[in-house]
Amino acid sequence: MGHRSSIPLYWRLQKSKYNLVGTKCKTCGKLYFPPRQLCSECRRKGEIEDFSFSGKGEIISFTVIRAAPEGFEKYTPYAIALIKLEEGEVISGQIVGDVTKVEEGKKVKSVFRRMHEDGKDGVIFYGVKFQLVG
Amino acid sequence: MVGIVGYGSYVPRLRISVEEIAKVWGENPEGIKKGLNITEKSVPELDEDTITISLEAARNALLRAEINPRDIGAVYIGSESHPYAVKPSGTVVAEALGVGPDVNIVDTEFACKAGTSCIILNMGLVKAGYIKYGLAIGADTSQGRPGDMLEYTAAAGGAAFIIGNKDLVAEIEDWYSFTTDTSDFWRREGQDYPSHGARFTGKPAYFKHLLSSTNNIMEKNNLKPEDFKHVVLHMPNGKFPLKAAKTLGFSSDQIRQSMIVCKIGNCYSGSSVLGLTNVLDIAEPGDKILMTSYGSGAGSDSFIINVTDRILKVRDKAKKTEDYMNNKENINYGMYARLRGKLKV
Ligand SMILES: [Zn+2]
Repeated sequence: MGHRSSIPLYWRLQKSKYNLVGTKCKTCGKLYFPPRQLCSECRRKGEIEDFSFSGKGEIISFTVIRAAPEGFEKYTPYAIALIKLEEGEVISGQIVGDVTKVEEGKKVKSVFRRMHEDGKDGVIFYGVKFQLVG
Repeated sequence: MVGIVGYGSYVPRLRISVEEIAKVWGENPEGIKKGLNITEKSVPELDEDTITISLEAARNALLRAEINPRDIGAVYIGSESHPYAVKPSGTVVAEALGVGPDVNIVDTEFACKAGTSCIILNMGLVKAGYIKYGLAIGADTSQGRPGDMLEYTAAAGGAAFIIGNKDLVAEIEDWYSFTTDTSDFWRREGQDYPSHGARFTGKPAYFKHLLSSTNNIMEKNNLKPEDFKHVVLHMPNGKFPLKAAKTLGFSSDQIRQSMIVCKIGNCYSGSSVLGLTNVLDIAEPGDKILMTSYGSGAGSDSFIINVTDRILKVRDKAKKTEDYMNNKENINYGMYARLRGKLKV
């Protein structure tokens, strides 16, 4: 059976996907997630380093997925949200658990979960999702 | 002295009650609740497995150990529900924790005692001076065949321990293992659910190994039941460990704190070790703890554990086992069947 997901691509981004590691421009302080190796403000003058986000944030908007792409079917319905992290960056992520409890403004924290799998005989991909707090 | 530098636990949030399962099979829930001494059990979500449970528990252990993850030289995870048949769970957990690549990793399997044997492996490497710290985890997302009695008890959860020889929260004074070739419970490669020898599982299996192991370690160290503040025994249900404790001469006060099974079920490789984390969460410096695991096949590992002053400093640095046990949401059998992949479509 052929496998759809790119294992090398996922493997290169593993550190960032497992732990919400982005980058920070030491020159101007701007944060990036997913990580970027060039600061959009400082360009060549920017000095980039790894930055670990706390994983705490707030839902600013969300949508419930009922017809999922291949590899995610068994998780439906699930919520994908835009989350404002406490560091100020906005990222998108899946909210775990009951979709009827997901609301704008609710606080979340990151958890480590299965993201998707390449069929029954393929690789299982893991990463960060978000859980409602309280 | 070798011992525990940090410990952590994780139990999934979802629960299914004995009533909810009994209803589907037309059984009497009161009889089953009394017979098993269990009210409900934990259920993993679709995206939770032994790897995610192990990682959350290990992160809590790291918070309490207050060490650099790069100093961990071995990662051993014991489970009978490793997500891959070939590819170690430990590789994903180590990468996500920031451990390695200078690390030895292997997954172990010995029914419900795979995790406690990982503690022993790490103790040997630390004592020999090969590694500074080792990570030992017992975790499972166990399954019972629909309609089988195991369906009432097979649960999910895990605990992690960082083993080292300084800044200990608890010393491990001694360990002992008792092992024979006894086929009380097994699962063949490729089968979804385990099989068991029904009535063969009690006396010649659980009781023989667990009682022998516990008695032998006490005798070896000239200790008696009254020398221990707490006893932790593997919990296949809520009845067996109480009966075993009584036979051994322990009081109900000594075993009470470890009896997590009544609220969350049998977490297999996570069972005795979650009992231990729940004890460590409330233990006082100077307390002596006796823990014995049991794994079908069959064998038991026993440990004599002495709590140190450092427990008071690190206890509140991570979520406690009780926090996970109390933060729960109940589901019905339909949702449970879907989450556990019991509906083949
Ligand atoms: Zn910049």
